[in-house]
Amino acid sequence: MELITPSIGLVFWTTIVFVLLIILLTKFAWKPILAAIKERENSIEQALNAAENAKKEMQQLQADNEKFMREARAERDLLLKEARDAKDAMIAEAKGKANSEAEKIIKQARESINLEKLAAINELKTSVGILAVEIAEKIINQQLSSDDKQKSLVSNLLQEANLN
Amino acid sequence: MINRTLFSISKPIIANIAIAFFVLISLNSRATDTASVADHAVDHLTDSTHNTTHDQGDKPFDPTEVIFEHISDAHEWHLWGDHHNPVSIPLPIILYSDKGLEVFMSREFHHGEAIYKGKNNYKLFKVNNKIKIVNELGEVDEQKTAKLIDISITQHVASMLLGVFIIFCIFLTVASNYKKRGISAPKGIQSFIEPLIIFVRDDIAKPNIGPKAERFLPFLLTIFFFIWVNNLLGLIPSGANFTGNISVTLVLATVTLIVTNVNGNKDYWKHILLPPVPWWLYPIMIPVEIIGVISKPFALMIRLFANITAGHIIIISLISLIFIFKTIAISPVSIAFGLFMDVLELLVAFLQAYIFTMLTALFIGTAVAEHEHDHSHDNEHAHH
Repeated sequence: MELITPSIGLVFWTTIVFVLLIILLTKFAWKPILAAIKERENSIEQALNAAENAKKEMQQLQADNEKFMREARAERDLLLKEARDAKDAMIAEAKGKANSEAEKIIKQARESINLEKLAAINELKTSVGILAVEIAEKIINQQLSSDDKQKSLVSNLLQEANLN
Repeated sequence: MINRTLFSISKPIIANIAIAFFVLISLNSRATDTASVADHAVDHLTDSTHNTTHDQGDKPFDPTEVIFEHISDAHEWHLWGDHHNPVSIPLPIILYSDKGLEVFMSREFHHGEAIYKGKNNYKLFKVNNKIKIVNELGEVDEQKTAKLIDISITQHVASMLLGVFIIFCIFLTVASNYKKRGISAPKGIQSFIEPLIIFVRDDIAKPNIGPKAERFLPFLLTIFFFIWVNNLLGLIPSGANFTGNISVTLVLATVTLIVTNVNGNKDYWKHILLPPVPWWLYPIMIPVEIIGVISKPFALMIRLFANITAGHIIIISLISLIFIFKTIAISPVSIAFGLFMDVLELLVAFLQAYIFTMLTALFIGTAVAEHEHDHSHDNEHAHH
């Protein structure tokens, strides 16, 4: 029974000490501690939010970057294509020009060759004519050196002429 | 309307079930509680050894006496040694009689063997640890004794003061750490204490009290650390059974009762004084509700007292086995079980502090809870 009978002295001291403990700890410990913890939690939350925002911005930037990259790449491709086309065009044009020039040169050459050839033929013709006349002169001179010969010749010629 | 009635009826039922549940747990853990400090036991072991040698032949070893002596308060802090030549710390005796206040040291009693002649003649009776007024011959004057008020610094008061000193040392250090270090990460003892504070805040106060938790947090933290630190002090060899003293748990429970009811809002009092039942049931319901108000802290008082005292009793009982069987052969059993119980008591020390704080928070929560019709309003306030 004594075990469950409260004693005045202990109740008295416990009440005083416990109430004082609540008051003093509240003032000197709990308030500063809880305030500090809360402040820390707030700052951590803010930091986390800031990090989250930064991450979002980063993502945005990355997306932008990617977009720019894509655009740049597309532009590059376009430029390259244009350049290639221009090159091809230039080469084709050059080739065409070269061909026509070559053809022109060949044509001119052919024309001049033809002219030369004609001149040569004409000259040859003249030379052959002169030569033939000379040969004919010589032959005539020889053939007509005797009467017999003249006669036979005439007869031959006549024969031939008749045949014609 | 029906829903509301159901809601308001079921709430106390839930609370009661919760209480019943914890009482059960407590009963259970009373068994487990068993193991208070092995060293306590060792202390008592030496004590009892002396007893037995002294009293050999006179009377057989009485474990009840040893146990009760251990768990009861005393006017000196007994460390070791037998009754006639103990090593103990004398403590101040403060007495208030019709002749006024007087203060002297407990060594004047010579461990209950001498009469101290102050304003009255006082004698200390070891059996129930009472100081009584006696005449020259040592006969008790019951009339005068009845008027004597004993507010001595007993062993339990001294133990409490030690506990409070430790609490101050810890928390003032921690608080100054916070002031010095600001919001940077906790360090040293701060990082040990901070999770406990956050545990009380986030797992005890907030879920049970809700948005008003902040206001009661200092009280809950104080009660939690007060009980826990003192529970642990009781586990130290030669420690006192402070939190297992009914006077202490009575004070703690009374503070809870006062805090709960002083902060009770309109809904809380309406529920007690105008319960949602037909009016002709009021003669039954109102007393029942009022009993409910008292019984909640009463359960707190009994639970803490029983758990801690039981733990101490079981450990001493285990050690007493050696003297009951009068053989050293039983000591391995005593030590094994005693050690097991000690470790368990470490858990119980925390658990009981937690349960006491948690139920206190629960009671405050029911007292300050806003009912549905106020909810939106309240939330608005919270948002502002």
